[in-house]
Amino acid sequence: MTDFLYLVPIALALGLAGLAAFMWALSSGQYDDLDGAAERILYDDDKPLRR
Amino acid sequence: MSCCAPGSDGMIGPGYQARQDAEVLLASRLIEPGLRQTDLSVPSVHCGACVHRVESALSALPGVLAARVNLSSRHATVRWTDAASPPPFIAALQAIGYDAHLYDIKADDKDAALQELIRALAVAGFAASNIMLLSVSVWAGADAATRDLFHWLSALIALPVLAYSGRVFFRSAWNALRHGRTNMDVPISIGVLLAFGMSLYETAHHGAHAYFDASVSLLFFLLIGRTLDHMMRERARTAVKGLARLASRGALVLHPDGTRVYLPVGEIEVGMTIMLAAGERVPVDARVISGRSDIDLSLLTGESEPVPVRDGTLLQAGTLNLSGPLTIVATAVARESFLAEMMRLMEAAESGRSTYRRIADRASRLYAPVVHTVALLTCIGWLVVTGDLHRAITVAIAVLIITCPCALGLAVPMVQVMAARRLFERGMLLKDGAALERLAEIDAVVFDKTGTLTLGQPCLRNSATIDPAALQVAAALAAHSRHPYSRALAMAAPANAIVLDATTVAELPGAGMEAQIEDHTFRLGRADWALDISERHEKSAPPATVVLACDGELVAEFDFEDRLRDGAREAVATLARDGLQIEILSGDRDDAVRRIADGVGVAYTAGVSPGGKVARIEAITAAGRKVLMVGDGLNDAPALAAAHASIAPASAADIGRNAADLVFLHENLQAVPQAITIAREAARLVQQNLWLAVIYNVLAVPVAVLGYVTPLVAAVAMSLSSLIVIANALRLRDGGRTARVNRPAWRSTAQPMVGRSA
Repeated sequence: MTDFLYLVPIALALGLAGLAAFMWALSSGQYDDLDGAAERILYDDDKPLRR
Repeated sequence: MSCCAPGSDGMIGPGYQARQDAEVLLASRLIEPGLRQTDLSVPSVHCGACVHRVESALSALPGVLAARVNLSSRHATVRWTDAASPPPFIAALQAIGYDAHLYDIKADDKDAALQELIRALAVAGFAASNIMLLSVSVWAGADAATRDLFHWLSALIALPVLAYSGRVFFRSAWNALRHGRTNMDVPISIGVLLAFGMSLYETAHHGAHAYFDASVSLLFFLLIGRTLDHMMRERARTAVKGLARLASRGALVLHPDGTRVYLPVGEIEVGMTIMLAAGERVPVDARVISGRSDIDLSLLTGESEPVPVRDGTLLQAGTLNLSGPLTIVATAVARESFLAEMMRLMEAAESGRSTYRRIADRASRLYAPVVHTVALLTCIGWLVVTGDLHRAITVAIAVLIITCPCALGLAVPMVQVMAARRLFERGMLLKDGAALERLAEIDAVVFDKTGTLTLGQPCLRNSATIDPAALQVAAALAAHSRHPYSRALAMAAPANAIVLDATTVAELPGAGMEAQIEDHTFRLGRADWALDISERHEKSAPPATVVLACDGELVAEFDFEDRLRDGAREAVATLARDGLQIEILSGDRDDAVRRIADGVGVAYTAGVSPGGKVARIEAITAAGRKVLMVGDGLNDAPALAAAHASIAPASAADIGRNAADLVFLHENLQAVPQAITIAREAARLVQQNLWLAVIYNVLAVPVAVLGYVTPLVAAVAMSLSSLIVIANALRLRDGGRTARVNRPAWRSTAQPMVGRSA
């Protein structure tokens, strides 16, 4: 029954990692243009994207 | 684009480019030395191929460092090296078939409120799932020591989350309380905070029941509703902002020493001389000192025919100069111009309108006192019966938790989001949920004429009876002019077989076009100018007639009319069948309004001033009716603000679109009855959902009052009630499926102006 002593922290850490990843994606503008992202994948660009 | 399609001011005339450069420069911002950024609105971008074409075209321009299109908001961001003149963005896009407009940078600030809501939602979601996992193991029968540990862990997660995600509600509740009001957020905040406080107390005293999961998942559910509500409004707002802007940003001012400077509208002073090219809008109220031209007043007064102007004529800000360059002198500064006057009228009208309280707020005004009284009585009752203060408070708080308006907070926004989506699919943009509630209540409709019932652009009426050869000559001449009649002619002709060299065609403002073709002088324009005196006797031509003459002899006559919008008749008939009181208020001349009013069979008033429209709407309101105003012009804006609900077409003037609750993008006027139907259906579902919430409480409150509510019961009951109201809200889509079977034909043929929904 003492397994949870390390299982619970692991579960919480994983959850926090997911939350942090989402926050990062949000602040780096990946949710700004959902429609555009869906379409862009269909177009090949010879040059790397310049932003 | 079909004949008479709305929009498109953007024809390029001589001398227009230099001004546009200055305007682009004015609208761009310096992001670092030598690097500028310009935001363009490109409303017709609607797929990946468009994104690719627009980005390639912009990147290929000299000086452009990067171009990126945002497909969701349909605008392009261009970064370019600061140079004397900006790259020709708009011309480059027009060359590949996209209309582009400068986008207001001020409006482009990232939506901070939405960001905050999404972050709060993410944090609450994380906390709710993790606390729920811990709670499940407690409910599964953890021993006392483990239970206490898990409760402490839950408290540790819940405290920062309440502080971070709960802010949204606490702030709004505090604001309401401070002003002596109450709203939905007050019972929410009280419930959440008390649940947390009691759980903390229980945990500290090794109690068996803690409601951390309830208080956090409550926040999570409510934040979902709040975020959906906000996203719906924001989407419509950006789409509306992305449409063409009509007010001029600046003007070319001629200083006494002969220098010419492009000044922003706000810096133009009385007495300044302004050079106004054909195709530009008048920036401030002004008087013409030289030049002749035709002025399009349709957005201001509702008058459908252009008015010839010459030196001495007074111009109102916002009117469009059609045919010739003018030199004008400013007679008022921007803040005293016609446009500003309309803004003041609008504000007055808005403050006169009784403030509308949203259904959710009205429900909570009843709800909060009832719930709090029940909780208080429960506490007193248990205290009297058992004498156990701790027990009494625990039960009272359980009552508050179980009645916390979780379902209520979701019931209304869910329905409104679904309704907004259905409206979006039909090309209608809804400003906010309150607008939908008001739209469902209306029982009278007032239409504007020009640009609303009609398209506001003339169409050739008698094309069938005209010799095709004559029509071709006329179209070739007309192709060189910006006058609405000329554009209608150019559209009406089949493929232009004849192309005239621009140097052989002359436009005489206020009169017409003249060209030399094979030793003959062709004139297209007013009869008294184009024809020899001997030819003129026949009849006094109505003003909406243009003739084509060859060496002074009549070749053909062209009749124009402002065409009714598609579906105008059907829309009015549908509304009348629904028992709504319908009338037309127009600023146009009596005969023009009568023709249209007779066409759709409605009572009308012609020659109404903007203030008159407001007065009429107030009169109808005073008679106990709730008015829907449908209008597009600047002159309609105050009326749009005064009415109970308002709808504007996408071709409307800026401030009209901003004042309206709903903007429809397609040409077809059937949008109006459709919007009302959807609004009423949504209102019905909202009512059902509120009743569901009431039934839930009737069932749950006795259980809670009797003290049978454990954290497990609370979690199940709350989730279940939320799921039920969400499922009920989704039925609005099912209703859409049956309606789509007899979908009107225009949906498949009409050109989407803002395009596909996502």
